[in-house]
Amino acid sequence: MTESYTAVAGFAQTWGLVYFVVIFAIVVAYVAWPKNRKTFDDAAQIPFRED
Amino acid sequence: MVTLEEGLFAGFLALLTFACLIVAGKTHEGVMTFHALIGALAAGAGVFMIFNSYFNSDTSGPVPQEIDGKPNYNMGPVKFGTVAAMFWGIAGFLVGLIIALQLAFPALNFDLPWTNFGRLRPLHTSAVIFAFGGNVLLATSFYVVQRTCRARLPGKVMPWFVMLGYNVFIVIAGTGYLLGATQGKEYAEPEWYADLWLTIVWVFYLLTFLGTLWKRKEPHIYVANWFYLAFIVTIAVLHITNNLTIPVSVFGLKSYIVWSGVQDAMVQWWYGHNAVGFFLTAGFLAIMYYFVPKRAERPVYSYRLSIVHFWALIFIYIWAGPHHLHYTALPQWASTLGATFSVILWMPSWGGMINGLMTLSGAWDKLRTDPVLRMLVVSVAFYGMSTFEGPLMSVRAVNSLSHYTDWTIGHVHSGALGWVGYISFGALYCLVPWLWNKKSLYSLKLVNLHFWVSTIGIVLYITAMWVSGIMQGLMWRAYDSLGFLEYSFIETVEAMFPFYVIRALGGGLFLLGALIMAYNLWMTVKAGEPAEAEAPATGTLAAAE
Amino acid sequence: MSVWHKHEIFEKNSIILVIGILVMISIGGLVEIAPLFYLKSTIEKTEGMRPYTPLELAGRNIYVREGCYLCHSQMVRPMRDELERYGPYSLAAESMYDHPFQWGSKRTGPDLARVGNKYSDDWHVAHLKDPRSVVPASIMPGYPFLAETPLDPYGISDHLKVNTYVGVPYTEEQVEAAKSDILAQAKPDSDEAEAFLERYPTAVVRDYDGNPAEVTEMDALVAYLQMLGTLVDFSIYDEKANLR
Repeated sequence: MTESYTAVAGFAQTWGLVYFVVIFAIVVAYVAWPKNRKTFDDAAQIPFRED
Repeated sequence: MVTLEEGLFAGFLALLTFACLIVAGKTHEGVMTFHALIGALAAGAGVFMIFNSYFNSDTSGPVPQEIDGKPNYNMGPVKFGTVAAMFWGIAGFLVGLIIALQLAFPALNFDLPWTNFGRLRPLHTSAVIFAFGGNVLLATSFYVVQRTCRARLPGKVMPWFVMLGYNVFIVIAGTGYLLGATQGKEYAEPEWYADLWLTIVWVFYLLTFLGTLWKRKEPHIYVANWFYLAFIVTIAVLHITNNLTIPVSVFGLKSYIVWSGVQDAMVQWWYGHNAVGFFLTAGFLAIMYYFVPKRAERPVYSYRLSIVHFWALIFIYIWAGPHHLHYTALPQWASTLGATFSVILWMPSWGGMINGLMTLSGAWDKLRTDPVLRMLVVSVAFYGMSTFEGPLMSVRAVNSLSHYTDWTIGHVHSGALGWVGYISFGALYCLVPWLWNKKSLYSLKLVNLHFWVSTIGIVLYITAMWVSGIMQGLMWRAYDSLGFLEYSFIETVEAMFPFYVIRALGGGLFLLGALIMAYNLWMTVKAGEPAEAEAPATGTLAAAE
Repeated sequence: MSVWHKHEIFEKNSIILVIGILVMISIGGLVEIAPLFYLKSTIEKTEGMRPYTPLELAGRNIYVREGCYLCHSQMVRPMRDELERYGPYSLAAESMYDHPFQWGSKRTGPDLARVGNKYSDDWHVAHLKDPRSVVPASIMPGYPFLAETPLDPYGISDHLKVNTYVGVPYTEEQVEAAKSDILAQAKPDSDEAEAFLERYPTAVVRDYDGNPAEVTEMDALVAYLQMLGTLVDFSIYDEKANLR
């Protein structure tokens, strides 16, 4: 019983953390990528395109 | 010409009418007869509306997607949802006031089955969350997705099926509570047949939303739509998992959930907290990301931050549920994991709040002149406050005091009245003039009055609950000098009385504010000055409505 | 050609978004929920747990129907004041046959996990009919209609049967006899009661509502309340063996 808890905790504190950081890094890289800047600036204007 | 879509919907609804009539005839239970008849009536009315639209020469045949090169938006269902939201909002706030008064003055339960607190409380929570909040989300999502995609909602019947079908679900659920039909799971009380119906409606909601995205003229999917999509998809997953029940009989009300005891508790609060996270947060953040920039007339502060906000929020929120089960029979690793993520959740929440508030930078003066914008901004501030309080209360030591007390009720209401309520009010104040093609609201002064009346209401409500919650938590664990428990349980109940009265007063002011709003919106539609722009593109089925 | 091509990518994008959302939200749920089904430590080993009798189950359904769980928890936490106020802390095993669980989230009234055998049947009946007749400061609604509503045994066998589908170990005999058992538990000294006790040896037969003329919803609810938290014998419960 205590082993299963330790196993779960061990997994969460290593691979869980790695997974977490990697996903976060991907998202941040995506939004900070210089090439994407224009897309985002453009997208932010969408609500104001009236017709 | 009857389109394929019209034919299929008419056929499905005709079959449903028939099935409901069979159930009504065969069931042993009066409540089931009543609900089956409501179902038959609603489905039959659906068939009638489809044929009525077909035989009316103005509305028969396919709808043009564009008129004069401009998208022919389908605003009929949006209008319906706006009116329904206002109606259910007032009904839900009123029931809330009644149950608040029942806690202070128990004689108001009248000792009848249909009026006791236990049956009215789910009516209140469902009416405000699912009926008011749900209609706000349906209406705004249909509006925002069309506008930001510059495309009409797909289908002729489907958007109406979603909007009306959802409100039929509300009627079935609400009347069911009063008559004693409940699963006994908080915020998931409707019985199996109502759940099944909602699942069908929800699938078509997702299809309507995705269909509009597929038709879009904009290359990018605007971030508000990301949040709406996360809300729709996740609620579907949560709803199905938490309502996996086996009915005792297809002709009876009662069903038993497949999960038992501790697993059921975990599934329930995974559902319960993510109903907060994805229904009451993600959905309303979508409203923030469209209506705040729109009303402030400037783009969102950082579009990049909004994308980080999105992924971080949905990834982290889904873990937070077990913090509702600290110190219970749930294994401790699960509740600790939930609390850890709840604390981490503070960061994306505040990232989103900052993004919303900073959209105003350079235009802060508008808060003085535009009470609608002020309402939107104050709602974001309340969001910040309750997303700070939430992680705090999820910490094990704090939770041992706050759990089971009114502090939780106060926390929920600072989020519900302050955040969800105000962002919805702000959105509705924006939508009504746009939808009914009016220059502006009937009276900004009344908006201002609404703002102040309900703000005082919220402050009274949450401060009363802070005091009563913390006081009761401390009284439960107080010991006298001889080492005995100092207070009996009933003494802690008696001590709550003044705070329950103050809370009811706060709730009453909030209701009063909503009534002022309803009057203002009604007068805007009835007597508002028309906008000089071209005629609005309304839904073709609006006539059949 | 190029327009169509572009359009296709857009469609794929929204589907990719949906899949991304599904992946993100699945992980948290799976990690937290799935282990509860296979970790043996989730539910403790105890003596004495048995499924609800038909009358108790009917009472539990009334408890659910009237929304009692909105003001009363059924979960004693392991803290000094709660142990003293309510009794031994609740075990997961004690709700293993509960569909749905009724742990609750608010204590407008006291916890009920260990209310069984704490008060007399008469007290419960008087309290449910008019709470303020026995607890003057109570803010609980009165439920006088329960004593006036005869218990409807319709389909109770099917209720037990569905419970077996979701994992409650009722025997075939218990399922079949449910219609007789549901009334028998409130009719002491009858032949049916004797047969009932053979099927549920640790259950208690009593005229719970004090009205021998008929079996009412009050009988069912009081029968349920009086057995809450009484099944596990804590004098022999081995806390250390179940440490987790």
